[in-house]
Parts: sequence; C-alpha cells; structure tokens
Amino acid sequence: MNQFTSVHAIYLLEAARWTLLLSLIALMGGGVLGLALALGRVSRIATLRFIATAYIQLIQGTPLLVLLFLSYFGLSMAGYRLDPVVAAGLSLTIYVGAFLGEIWRGCIEAVPRTQWEASDCLGLNRFQQYTHVILPQAVRIATAPTVGFMVQVVKNTSLASIIGFVELTRAGQIVNNSTFQPFLVFLFVGAIYFAICYPLSVASRVLERRLHVAR
Amino acid sequence: MTYKFDFSFLAERWPAFLEGAWLTIQLTVVAIVLGFVVGTLCAVLRVYGGGVVRRLVGGYVEIIRNTPLLVQIFIVYFGLASVGLKLSAELSAIIALVINVGAYTTEIMRAGIESIGKTQLEAADCLGLTRLQTIFHIVLLPAMERVFPALSSQFVLLMLASSVTSQISAEELTATANLIQSETYRSFEVYVVVAVVYLALSFLYRFAFWLIGRLLFVRRRKLGTAL
Repeated sequence: MNQFTSVHAIYLLEAARWTLLLSLIALMGGGVLGLALALGRVSRIATLRFIATAYIQLIQGTPLLVLLFLSYFGLSMAGYRLDPVVAAGLSLTIYVGAFLGEIWRGCIEAVPRTQWEASDCLGLNRFQQYTHVILPQAVRIATAPTVGFMVQVVKNTSLASIIGFVELTRAGQIVNNSTFQPFLVFLFVGAIYFAICYPLSVASRVLERRLHVAR
Repeated sequence: MTYKFDFSFLAERWPAFLEGAWLTIQLTVVAIVLGFVVGTLCAVLRVYGGGVVRRLVGGYVEIIRNTPLLVQIFIVYFGLASVGLKLSAELSAIIALVINVGAYTTEIMRAGIESIGKTQLEAADCLGLTRLQTIFHIVLLPAMERVFPALSSQFVLLMLASSVTSQISAEELTATANLIQSETYRSFEVYVVVAVVYLALSFLYRFAFWLIGRLLFVRRRKLGTAL
C-alpha cells in the first residue's frame, strides 16, 4: 500500500495555490459586488435599497453549497456548462458579495453623521462626499472586519472540492484515495488551511486594536 | 438554447423536501444545543480557568475557527474510522458540528462574560456567593443577553453550513435534494426549491431565536431596555 510521503505533502502544498487563487477571485469579484451592494444599502433611492437588501437577505439565507450546485449542476442541465473553477468562482463571488456588502454598509454608517453635514456645508455633491470624505474613513473602519472575513472566504473555498475543482481539500481526498490514511492526510490539509488562516485572524485582531487606540 | 422550467416533480416529491427539512432541523437543533453547552463551558473556563486550561481552550478555538468545516467533518468521519472508531454518518456529522459551533460560541460568550461589569461581581461577593454561584446566577444570563444577536446569527450560519454534511452522506435536506435530482434530472429546479426551503428555514430559525430571546430575557421584555 502507498504510504503518505513527502511527494504527497508537496502535492498538497501545491494544491494550496488553487485555494489561494480561488480565494483571490472570490475576494475581488465579491469586493466589487460588495461595494455596489453597500452603496445600494445606504442609497437615497428606495428601489436600490430594496434590491440590495433583498439580495443580501436571499444569499445570506441560502447555503453556499446550494449556490455551488445551482451554478454547476443546475446551469449545465439548463444548457450552460461551466468549468468547475468558473462555477466555484461565480458562486463564491455571489456569496462573498452579500457578506461584504453587509459588513461595509455597517462601516459606511459608522462614519459620524457630522461628516456628512460638514461636507454638505462645503458644497460637495453626493459623489464627492463619498470619494473625498466618507469612503476614506469607512475604509479605515472596514479593514479589520474585512481581513477577518477573508478567513471565512479561504475556508469556504473548500466547498469547491465537492464539484470536483482540485484545490486543497479535493487534493486531500485524492491523496487519501491512494494512501488510505485519512487521519494523517486531512490533519495535514487542516494544518495548511490553519497556516493560511491563522495569520489573517491575528492580523484582523491587531488591526482592530490599533483602530481603537487611534480613536 | 431555450430552457423550459419544469417544476412538475414537486407535485409528488414535495413531502420528500419537507422530510429533508425536518431532518436538517433535527440535526442542527441537537448540534446547536450541545454546541451551546460546550461553548458556554469553554467560555467560562477561558475567562475564569487557570493558565493551562485557558491556553488549551484558546488553542481549541483558534484551530477550529481557522480550518474549514468540511475538513473537520472528514477528520471525524474518515479519520476516526481509520483508527478503528467507526461512527455513523449522522453521529459524525453531529460531533463535527458540535465541535465547530462550540468554538464559535466560546468566542462569542467570552466577549459577553468579559462585558459584565466588575461591580456586579463585587456585589455578588458581598452577598457571599461562591464563584460558581456568581457565574450561574449573576454572569451567564446577562452575558448571553448582550451577545444574543451574534449568537443567533452564528447558529443560523451553522444551520446553513450543515448542508456540507451531505458529503459524508448524512441524511439531511441537501442529501435529499441530491437524491431527487439524480432521479428526476431536474437539477436546476431541484436546487432552486432547496434554496427556497433553506431560506424559509433561516427565517424560521431567526424567528425562533427572537422568541427565545423574548422569553429568556425578562428585563428586556418588561422594561423594553437593553442592559
């Protein structure tokens, strides 16, 4: 029987690249979507507020796994065959967007009202208020929770293994299928995830503390 | 290519969806109750325990919160089986979910316990309460009241995440859906229906937690004020 060797370990470490890449795709796509949703949530136009709220409620009330199945199995049955990586990237983007939208809405609303009033008095229009006054301050508030949420994103990419995308978890299954040492293999896989996520968790905590000291 | 939506399978399959939802409710309610007990215990140990215990609990929380649930489920199900401890899929799912939600509950409850004012503890001391009595009668309920919104949204997230247990063929809603779609070949429609059922479940859970909060936190109900 095949033993778990350094070859397997290196294979798993290399597979972690795909986990990182998928996380990056999800963060960038979800970031753009999340910003649009956050701005929609605090918009003065009621229709936009409603659409953004409905979207966030809908996505936050559905499991990521079901979104994955919809975009992979569902769309292919409906005639749109997506690659696993595209389907995973798409559903993670949809999912991450909803959560970032809600986190960032909180950050925008955390900017004191007086900042809005002061920039009104200076004669800035709504767009200028956002770009010069509100968003720069909101970004500062948003940094810690966003870094913290990145941990969730990295962990959630593990679900892409279920539709057959060979990232870290799927690679673990493949190695396990040849070595039959699930305990060792999945502990190793877990350790790699931990090595990616723990620094992010610590960074989030440090950033949060720094923000509070600065106040 | 034009695609015709066909939800006709619902006419005879809808009881299966409800059954799946019921299985998910059973699975997650057990996991949430046990996870809450584990988490609260760990939170108390994390705040009032000795140095070693504190560090152990801290390690548990960090390890669980920084690894994916799916990998934890695989370790419990496949890992334990390979060292001779063969558990059923459902039992493995519950164990993994309890370990997972326990870690999140620990962190949330810790924040709640640490937010209790020092004067409360001093007053309890003056009344001659022991450490344990203080924790039980003075600290825990107000601590829970403060973090209840975070706690309930974490539990809703757990309910949604429990869909992952379908991967070790534990019987719940997503597994039911997988079965139905493999028989009807209507995967898009089946997963749309399942998404709607999960959405309904998450509203149901949120309502249930709101109700529990109303019943549990008497002061908030009677005076209408938070702590």
